[in-house]
This record gives sequence, structure tokens and C-alpha cells, in this order.
Amino acid sequence: MRPVVALLLFASLALAACQREERDTRPQSALGSGEQPTPVTTLEPGGQRPAPTDNKAASFEANAFHLSEGKRLFGWFNCSGCHANGGGGMGPALMDEKWIYGSSMESIHATIRDGRPNGMPSFRDKIPDDQIWELAAFVRSLSGNAPSSAAPSRNDDMMAHPSENRMPDAATLGKSP
Amino acid sequence: MKRLASIAFATAMALFLQGCAGWQSALDPKGPAASELAWLIWFFTGLCAVVWVLVMAALAVPLMMRSRQHAEPLTLDASSDNRKLRVVMTAVGLTAVILVGLTLLSFFANRTLAAIGSDAALTIRVTGHQWWWEVRYEDATPSRILTTANEIHIPAGEPVRLLLTSTDVIHSFWVPSLSGKLDLIPGRMNVLDIKADKPGVYRGQCAEFCGAQHANMGTFIIAEPRAKFDAWWNDQLQPAAAPTSDEAKAGGELFLKRPCVMCHKIGGTPAGGTVAPDLTHIASRQTLAAGTLTMSRGNLAAWIADPQGVKPGAHMPVVDLSGDELNAIVAYLEALK
Ligand code: HEC
Ligand code: HEC
Ligand SMILES: [Cu+2]
Repeated sequence: MRPVVALLLFASLALAACQREERDTRPQSALGSGEQPTPVTTLEPGGQRPAPTDNKAASFEANAFHLSEGKRLFGWFNCSGCHANGGGGMGPALMDEKWIYGSSMESIHATIRDGRPNGMPSFRDKIPDDQIWELAAFVRSLSGNAPSSAAPSRNDDMMAHPSENRMPDAATLGKSP
Repeated sequence: MKRLASIAFATAMALFLQGCAGWQSALDPKGPAASELAWLIWFFTGLCAVVWVLVMAALAVPLMMRSRQHAEPLTLDASSDNRKLRVVMTAVGLTAVILVGLTLLSFFANRTLAAIGSDAALTIRVTGHQWWWEVRYEDATPSRILTTANEIHIPAGEPVRLLLTSTDVIHSFWVPSLSGKLDLIPGRMNVLDIKADKPGVYRGQCAEFCGAQHANMGTFIIAEPRAKFDAWWNDQLQPAAAPTSDEAKAGGELFLKRPCVMCHKIGGTPAGGTVAPDLTHIASRQTLAAGTLTMSRGNLAAWIADPQGVKPGAHMPVVDLSGDELNAIVAYLEALK
């Protein structure tokens, strides 16, 4: 009896790690399409607007597969053309801790989908929704906002910056707590 | 009973050997490189079989012989010891001769393989992607450089030089009926020379595990008489056919408005993506998605509606399209001959 319990415990521990790797390649329509309104102004009664939440955000942001897909698409869709490899160019840097439009998955998703007034194009019909979420998750990993256990590791080609899983953790700014 | 068993055995063997012919078989060579290799395979296998039989016999015979009774097992018998020594040394000598001989054979076979393309007039750059092949025909005139995917047309009877590389992981190019396999390595250019003796269609397959859809990474070499090949090249250089029906016209517009335009190129339209197969003449190909589906209207629709169902993990995402939109895009692509 004892060994069976131990085995089951061990198996459940091993399976817990599978979420990191889960590969959803089909759109998850059950989670909706992430249709939250985009704020058009920063003026808000009372200052802070309550942040919208989306079920999809959580399922994409700690998943190694989605993060690495996001990394591939960042190159494929030429985000680097304006943001360099996250260092910034014609568009703002994405690997620093400053965010013009917020650092949450939801606001980055809205940025990519709807564009932003000072030159960020809208990719609404040009990128399927799940792929926008993948990009958003990857963008967050550029500034250490993704779990290092899931963020992409070293590049196969020239490294423009430390690999995403070695960026200082944004929450602690790299200092150990 | 015995007759029945032997008939069954013969039928099984015949079925088994069936697998050795066809459009993808190293044992059914259709070009000089493959012939050279097939000859080597048969020679090595035959010689090793003979050696194996001899060794087994040398083991079996003493086992079956009744051993002679010696009155005194420890007495020295010089003549018998000498004979044993001679037998062993002869066997060692023969082994050395066979090994050196086979090494020389494979060395000279390699030289023959390397000489096949020394006067190749046509150079094709083949780039491996997860999980499809980009094919680029080089030409001194820039306007004649041609990029296509998954299907490689070559003139029959002429040596062709393939430059192999990859953009992501290591793949391997293997068309068994025409040549041996050679890896496509990121950041490196490998050279493989092939020649098809006769016109025909020869199937190739990625032969280095490269991820989820490695098994569905096929390619086709289509060898044609020179005139037909030249005509094909000229056709492929033309921009995409303008859509004629209203439905196809709508499809062409949708293609540019939806995500398709981010990845694919269609010559003569603003679609200029280079990270996915060129679709300028997609309907002229025999298969879809690197040999996964045969080309037909139904399969085109199936692929575009659900690429992740056909080839799970492929780098083409599911694009949300209504039934009418799907039909329109398919009507457009189907006419891109
Ligand atoms: C044509 C150039 C251009 C391209 C291409 C482009 N961006 Fe931008 N991006 C910008 C500019 C300019 C801004 C700043 C907008 C503003 O301040 O209103 C921006 C802003 C952003 C922001 C918000 C940053 C913040 O601090 O809040 C994110 C996230 C972003 N881009 C991600 C992407 C991704 C992902 C892609 C690729 C799909 C991409 N961008 C492609 C120009 C571009
Ligand atoms: C994110 C990039 C991307 C987008 C967006 C995309 N595709 Fe693809 N497409 C690919 C890739 C990669 C392949 C090769 C897949 C394979 O064989 O593994 C492919 C293959 C194809 C093929 C088969 C090509 C061949 O030579 O066999 C067709 C047809 C096709 N796509 C049509 C479309 C259409 C229509 C759309 C828009 C609804 C679209 N694609 C959107 C990346 C994309
Ligand atoms: Cu492979």
C-alpha cells in the first residue's frame, strides 16, 4: 500500500510540471477572444482605472511553449524593426521597467491588437488572437516579467541581450528579497 | 501443410520486396549516386553474409563433432598446435584484407559521388524550415531567380547542385531513389549533387529528427525533359494569375486583409511574407504542406480551416474565418496555377 501512495504522490508531482510545457496550438474559444475595450485616454475619474482581466492572460503567461512561440513571432512579424530586440528604436524599449500603457498581459495585448496613437500600428486583423497573447507574454519576458522557469533560454544566433530567462526578476529588480 | 507454409512465405517475401521499389527506395536507384550506393549496399551485405555463414559454420562444426578422447590432455602436440595457429592467423589476415578492401571500395564510391556534379549547370538552394522546404533557383540574371517550396523540379539527365542550409534546427535531405542523405545545418552550407537518369517523380523525406512534424516533412523531386523544365521555370517566374471570378477576387482581397499576408508571399501582390511557403503558384504543386495532403480544393480548404488538425504544431496558426471567407480564399488560391 505504502509504495503505491508514494508512487502516486511522485506521479502527481511530476505531472504538475506539465503545465509549463502544455502545447495548445488551437485557439481556446472557451476562453473568449480577449475583447476588452481599449482605453483611448489616460484621464480617469479618481485617477486609477480598474485593470481589465482576461482568462487568457494566465494561461499564456507562464507557459514555456507560448513564450517561445511569441519569441519566434516577434522576429517573424518584424516587431524588431521598430523595437530592435527589445532595446528600442523608433518604438520604445520593451526590456526596461518603464511602461507607457501598463505592464499587464491585458494592456500589452490591447497595445498590439489596437495599436497606440504615437506610432504603434494595430495588428487586429493581421495576427490571430492567440498569437497576440503569445507576443504579449514574450514582451513581458523581455523585462523579467515572466517566470524564469518558463521564459526562453539562450538564442541560437547572435544574442542582443541576456536570454529572457536570465533577465533580472522585475518584481525584485534582481535583488534577492 | 508444408506446401501451404512455403507459399505463404513466398507471398510474404514478395510483399516485403514490394517495399523496395517505387518512388522512394534506395534499392531501386534512378540516378548515378543512388546506383553507386545501391551497389555498395548489396556488395557489403553479400560479403558480410558470406563471412557470417562461414563463422557460424566454423562454430557449428566443432560443436557437432564428437570430441576425440585424449589419453593425456596435457601432452604437447606440436603439429596440431601449429595447425591451429595457421588457421587463426589466416582468419585474421582475411579479416584485415576484407576490412581494407571494403574501406577502399567506399572511398572510391565517395569519389564517384563527389564527381557527379563537378560540371553542374544548375544550382538550387534548399533551406530547411520546421517543417517545410524553401527552394531557390539561382541564376546569374537576378530577375530569373525563382523561389518556391516543397517541390523541386530538375532537368532529367543533367547533374544538379544543391546547396543545403537551415534557418532553425538541423534537418536532413534524403531522396533515396537519387542519392544519399545530407544534413541541412543552420549557419553552414552543405553541397549535394544529384542527377536523375530518367524523367519521373521521386519522393524525399527529412531524415534528421527536427521536431513535432518531422514525419510530415516530405519533398518531391520532379525530373523532366529539359524543354519542359525550362517552360516550368518560365511559368513560375510569372506573377500570380489575377483572379477572374467575383468569389476569387474577394478571396484575393481577404488574403491581404487577414493574417495570411504576414507570412506568405504571392508574387505580383503586396503579400510579401518570407517566413512561410511562397504561394504564387501554389495550385501548380502536387501536394500541400510538405507532402502531407494531395493538392485539391477540399484539401486546401481543410488545411486553411484547421492547419493544427492536419499537422499539429506546424507554424501556421488557425485563422478565424467564416465559411464564406474560407471559400473565397480557397477559390483564389486554387486558381494560382
Ligand atoms: C512601425 C513601427 C512599430 C512596429 C512594427 C511595432 N511597434 Fe510597437 N510601438 C511602436 C511605437 C512608436 C510605440 C509607442 C506608441 C505610443 O507611445 O503611443 C510602440 C509601443 C509598443 C508597446 C507599448 C510599450 C509601452 O511602454 O507601453 C508594446 C508592448 C509594443 N509596441 C509591442 C510591439 C510588438 C509585439 C510588435 C510586433 C507585433 C510591435 N510593437 C511592432 C512602433 C512599432
Ligand atoms: C504565422 C504565419 C502564417 C500565417 C499567418 C499563415 N500561414 Fe500559411 N503557412 C505557414 C507556414 C509556416 C506553412 C508551412 C507549414 C508546414 O508545411 O509545416 C504554411 C503553409 C500554407 C499553405 C501550404 C503551402 C504549401 O506549399 O504546401 C497554404 C496554402 C497556406 N499556408 C495558406 C495560408 C492562408 C490562406 C493563410 C491565411 C488564412 C495563412 N496561410 C496564414 C505560415 C502561416
Ligand atoms: Cu526532420
